[in-house]
Amino acid sequence: MTVRSMILVSNDPESRNRGSEKIFTEFQRQLTQYDLADEVSITLATDLGSSYASPLVIIYPEAVIYGPVTPEDVPHIVEEHLYKGRIVDEKRAPSHELSGKVAWLSARQGTLPAENRVVLKNVGIIDPENIEDYIAHEGYQALGMALEMSQDEVIDLIKASGLQGRGGAGFPAGLKWGFVKSTISDKKYIICNADESEPGTFKDRVVLEGDPHAIIEAMLISAYAVGADEGYIYIRGEYQLAIERMEAAIKQAEQYGFLGENIFGSDLNFKIHVHAGAGAYICGEETALIESIEGKRGEPRNRPPYPTTFGLWGKPTLINNVETFANIPPIVRNGADWYRSLGTPSSPGTKVYTILGNVNVTGLIEVPMGITLREVISIYAKGMKNGSFKMAQTGGSSGSIIPASLQDTPMDFESYNKTGVSLGSGALLICNDEVCIVDLAKVLINFFRVESCGKCTPCRIGTKRAYDLLVGITKGQGKLEDLDELQNLSREMLELSNCGLGQTAGTPIRDMLNYFRAEVEAHIRLGVCPVGVCQMHD
Amino acid sequence: MTSDGIKEAEEVNSIRKIVANIGSTRADLIPVLQAITNKFGYISQPAIKELSDLMNLPTKEIMSVATFYRMLSTQPRGKHVIQFCESAPCHVVGGREVFIALKDALNLEPGQTSPDNKWTLITTSCLGVCGIGPVILIDTDLYGNVTPDQVKNILSRYD
Repeated sequence: MTVRSMILVSNDPESRNRGSEKIFTEFQRQLTQYDLADEVSITLATDLGSSYASPLVIIYPEAVIYGPVTPEDVPHIVEEHLYKGRIVDEKRAPSHELSGKVAWLSARQGTLPAENRVVLKNVGIIDPENIEDYIAHEGYQALGMALEMSQDEVIDLIKASGLQGRGGAGFPAGLKWGFVKSTISDKKYIICNADESEPGTFKDRVVLEGDPHAIIEAMLISAYAVGADEGYIYIRGEYQLAIERMEAAIKQAEQYGFLGENIFGSDLNFKIHVHAGAGAYICGEETALIESIEGKRGEPRNRPPYPTTFGLWGKPTLINNVETFANIPPIVRNGADWYRSLGTPSSPGTKVYTILGNVNVTGLIEVPMGITLREVISIYAKGMKNGSFKMAQTGGSSGSIIPASLQDTPMDFESYNKTGVSLGSGALLICNDEVCIVDLAKVLINFFRVESCGKCTPCRIGTKRAYDLLVGITKGQGKLEDLDELQNLSREMLELSNCGLGQTAGTPIRDMLNYFRAEVEAHIRLGVCPVGVCQMHD
Repeated sequence: MTSDGIKEAEEVNSIRKIVANIGSTRADLIPVLQAITNKFGYISQPAIKELSDLMNLPTKEIMSVATFYRMLSTQPRGKHVIQFCESAPCHVVGGREVFIALKDALNLEPGQTSPDNKWTLITTSCLGVCGIGPVILIDTDLYGNVTPDQVKNILSRYD
């Protein structure tokens, strides 16, 4: 039976003093009495943030926070909230007494964290090979609206919406548009970065395959705003269907006059080329991507100058990720205030995640920024497939490893930064307790070792050296000094590498040593892999 | 003319056609190399010499680009190319066991081609279909949710 509700009882030292464990057992007793034990899960959570209203009880999916709760309150809460479905208002924690991690939760609008589709709105609903279907679903309306505005008004709108780049770095999109607009040049380019190669990420593929015209429309709007007349969509070569659909969509858009000269009777001229990648992760880095379009090895350039001033063939170039572009038409149609009503104040909008790993349901979801990993696992992924949740890896290989203890951190750029982890590109690789941290880190580092372009030494040698050390540990040949060397390598790669690949290559090592050091040391000191994955011999 | 010579002349002809179709500017180099790999399975040394003339680029430049990208090959490959995804999402859902079964069934290590030229086994980074890992790509056929005991059956579909 799937779990329909989830109870969290805060179990920080303060809450424990005030009887949180009694509350926990009382909940268990009451749930059994009401025959709800199969439908409602209950967990003690150590890290919900401090509160004057401790002990706290949070009930999902409504995300209601009760507190301070006493064991005597429990029967009433179970009967009213979980049995009859009525929220017990008088026991809700006063929001001014909440601080830290739970404060955002009480401010969250709406209760059920249902999927909220902005980027994927048309995907699976319209026929991606038929432009008329797109037009019937508000397609190319935003372009018309943008052309009625001044260039600066469009850029101000994107700035006001707070849209952040969805490729992984989270740079404010409106700011980037402004940079390109203010660079004076007779020629400017728009590039859509669809070289989606982060392991575990396939959100852009789904948008390209399911709603290609949305990307064309967004590129047109950006072209108008920054004053560009030519664009490229760089799609990774493995995405054959996406390439075909995109090429077909461009042809249709040309036939209908959305691409070409004097679009909608305005001064806007724009054409789009599709460039197929040839298989290189590094080409997702924007300057490597530009080199690759120019027909060279995909090696990142030194920055500055940034592409906004010196991009494709030396001209100012606006590069945005597919998901970033897909947000543009809805923002133009519905306004910045609407967009800001989604997500969290510092990270407006929605985020598309790919859910992977040892869970019951894998696939793609689009939800407001700020939901938690715990919600993703229990609600959208329908729980762990086997074993219990050990860690999640976010955002492909350059994302962080999030231990189970951080699963209540809201997933938005700001909260994750503060916690010292990264949201990355939106992949959520969810691992159970049968996954060995050393084995996982080894696979992640191997990816960087293979994909390093070799241009700069810290990355080329660092990834190789780190991989060898990790392989040694999985074979029972590790020494404690290796951990110091790994730590140093991870820092050196971060500080000395030329581009994002090398800079983030050490993240899995850093997180491994931060959160799972005991497990790593067991491999070395005791010569065993606690999970039983590593062979521990040659 | 020897049979090798005839083959080479044919290759030169089709390379000229490819360049005529796609273009001969620097930006056309990668699409051209892509098309040659698709047609011949790999980019041979005579092909690189021919391209050097047609596109007015030093052979070392072409070689440097051709060896950079994973989807381009300068080595002959077997009749069927098996790409096994070795990225983390496939790895944690049983990819490791599938890869062992695959290596055993083929008696090959990654990067090797079988003596009868039937198979080439290579590992690849994420193919972007992680929802159905572990994933094997044979030529253009994609197999998802693969288990070790399915490997023999999948391989038997190719001759």
